[in-house]
Amino acid sequence: MLTLQGLQQRSALLQAIRSFFFTSGYLEVDTPLRLPVLLPEANLVPFASEDWYLQTSPELCMKRLLARGCEQIFQICHCFRKEESGRIHQPEFTMLEWYHRGWGYFDLMRECEALLGSLCRSVPQLPGLDSEGRICWRDCRVALDPPWERLSVAAAFRRYAGVEVDEVLGNGGFDEVLVTAVEPQLGREQPVFLYDYPLELGSLARQNPHNPQVAERFELYIGGVELANGFSELVDPCEQRQRFALEIERLRDGGQAAAMPEKFLADLALIGPTAGIALGLDRLLMLLMGSATLAETLPFVFAEL
Amino acid sequence: MYTASDLRKGLKIQIDGEPYLVTEFDFSKPGKGQALYRTKMRNMITGVQFTQTYRSNDKFDRPNLEERNMQFLYAQDNEYHFMDTVSFEQIFLTKEQLGDNLSFLVDNMEVQVLFFGERPIDVTLPTFVNLEVTVADPWAKGDTSGTDTKPVTVQTGFQLQVPPFVEQGDRIQIDTRTGTYITRVKE
Repeated sequence: MLTLQGLQQRSALLQAIRSFFFTSGYLEVDTPLRLPVLLPEANLVPFASEDWYLQTSPELCMKRLLARGCEQIFQICHCFRKEESGRIHQPEFTMLEWYHRGWGYFDLMRECEALLGSLCRSVPQLPGLDSEGRICWRDCRVALDPPWERLSVAAAFRRYAGVEVDEVLGNGGFDEVLVTAVEPQLGREQPVFLYDYPLELGSLARQNPHNPQVAERFELYIGGVELANGFSELVDPCEQRQRFALEIERLRDGGQAAAMPEKFLADLALIGPTAGIALGLDRLLMLLMGSATLAETLPFVFAEL
Repeated sequence: MYTASDLRKGLKIQIDGEPYLVTEFDFSKPGKGQALYRTKMRNMITGVQFTQTYRSNDKFDRPNLEERNMQFLYAQDNEYHFMDTVSFEQIFLTKEQLGDNLSFLVDNMEVQVLFFGERPIDVTLPTFVNLEVTVADPWAKGDTSGTDTKPVTVQTGFQLQVPPFVEQGDRIQIDTRTGTYITRVKE
């Protein structure tokens, strides 16, 4: 829960984020939170709202706006994910999501570097930064000067866990190795972009034309905290339909309802090459404001309501 | 039944027919990945600790745990006998099961005994107990040079630090959670 001073800081950071995107030519959008159909993602559980759902991310509506001709859009909105609660999880949280047509995932990495640099310069006296401008979180001191490290998933699993990605994908241990052995080592001294995920772990991301085993997806890590997830977007409706079919099958196996988002697929054909990214805004504020948990950066957490 | 999403620090669950207390808990969920519930648990009977990661679809039975008000009657060899203050049923726990509680346990004390099914597995003492000081150095009145506290022994054999004015034969109140002196009691 935030004090008055915390609320002022949160407000200053939100304002600085908006100025960064306005200055970079983005249009701010605000799309509906309540939707009749969601993009099928196997490991997300939505909250039902009568016959509809609260969004788990704004991706569906934002991509449909790209189809209407928007070139660069950003949104700051609330997302809802059932059963997610922990030190850095809340069932309702704030997402910063943006899309840039004509870009690929490496362009977004550079923009992340610029965004953080801009926030740290424009908001004075952030409690999470030391005198040298490094983010201090837990036992990490993270210098933000670009360029940040780019590390492929395959290289990270070899370096920090001594295993091949195929091996742990085969025995269902990918997530556990990632969480226990790899993530804690990521972004300790400078932020890290973990990139090129196994294709089945990026159902909305484009297949890498040079390495068909992987999707053009990356995650940004600072101090072991997963902060943002970006893609070169998959914009081929046929391929997207096939990938969604697999997700829907996994959702139904788990006893969840799921439907093919037909209007989304119809619009997808109109988008062209695009990159998009979703950043957990509360987590970023947690790091910049020097809070130990997500709850400390929020006006309210669900347990207080 | 509990599911993995019910897991939190302090929850008691049953695994392989034995009760466990969750002592540490961390929720993690990599982007686009599965929820992982990482726990550290202590077996409430054996005290053995272990760590385990659970997934969303894991389920656990609720252990059949019940607390009953009981009175401590007497100790014989390794067995400490208690009586249910309502049904007068008598049971015993071993010295090992009582552990550090023995520092504060005296005849006729009313305690909470935790049962797993029919089996007594643990005791919770009152938070504050009054015990008699059996060994204490005399207080030299007017001694202002000395330290703020001195060691004494109480009737159970437990030793603790108390203010210098506490004397042999006094009764003192002790916090059983921390083993620290609270006050001298007049009776």
